[in-house]
Amino acid sequence: MSPIAPAEVAPAKIKEPEDDTHPHHDRPWKVIVWNDPINLMSYVTFVFQKLFGYSKDQATQLMLDVHHKGRAVVSDGPREKAEMDVFRLHEHGLWATMEHDD
Amino acid sequence: MEPRTPIVARGDNLFAIDLLDAERALIAKLMKELAELIEDDPETEMLARLFPTALPDDPTAEAEFQEMVRSELITTRIKRFESVADSVEGSLIDADQLQAWMCAINDARLVLSTRLNISEDDNVEELNEHDPNAMAKSTYWFLGWLLEHIVAATAEEPSE
Repeated sequence: MSPIAPAEVAPAKIKEPEDDTHPHHDRPWKVIVWNDPINLMSYVTFVFQKLFGYSKDQATQLMLDVHHKGRAVVSDGPREKAEMDVFRLHEHGLWATMEHDD
Repeated sequence: MEPRTPIVARGDNLFAIDLLDAERALIAKLMKELAELIEDDPETEMLARLFPTALPDDPTAEAEFQEMVRSELITTRIKRFESVADSVEGSLIDADQLQAWMCAINDARLVLSTRLNISEDDNVEELNEHDPNAMAKSTYWFLGWLLEHIVAATAEEPSE
């Protein structure tokens, strides 16, 4: 599923307010971890705890979601945060992507 | 495989390594090979699993993301492979080294799985000596066994 294609026009020079009241301009992103046949369940659980501060139970549930449902959302937030989370997951060898939270 | 615990948390932020000489040599060789490969040819298909796609639906954003993270992902991995190669002959490692071990051993499994085309259904019982990949497969399962123990030892270590 593709995100909406950006319009091929220069953005209007309108000063955006500093707060987050314009969700269309900064829709949250979600970070998704996908199932793969390689990563050990114990390792994936540990990485979720280490990177995101999840409890053992929460991390285990997320790992099981990845394992049984094929994917799980492990974090969300603004683009920069999502990019950092994906980077850290890639650093740990997990198959992570990011997409707009619709 | 004999019941052996290769990594034991001592409770003082140090971890005892109980590996056979042949296992230490195997790990050291693998780590050096991986450090060289990633330094010389990071784009090789062999290492593809270490650099997943982050934004599969948006090639432009994906290219920007990779541009932003690729060199750091490479540098981090070289450091980790070297850290393991440097410490694998010893009897003790600290918690930071153990983290490097964990990620480096996991990376090694990812690379080997690409070479062996490992799927969900593969399991260690199916190993047989006539398989041309028997050596690589047994290395793969050995690393899995070691990684399980590394994760267990990390969890054992009291956090306070």
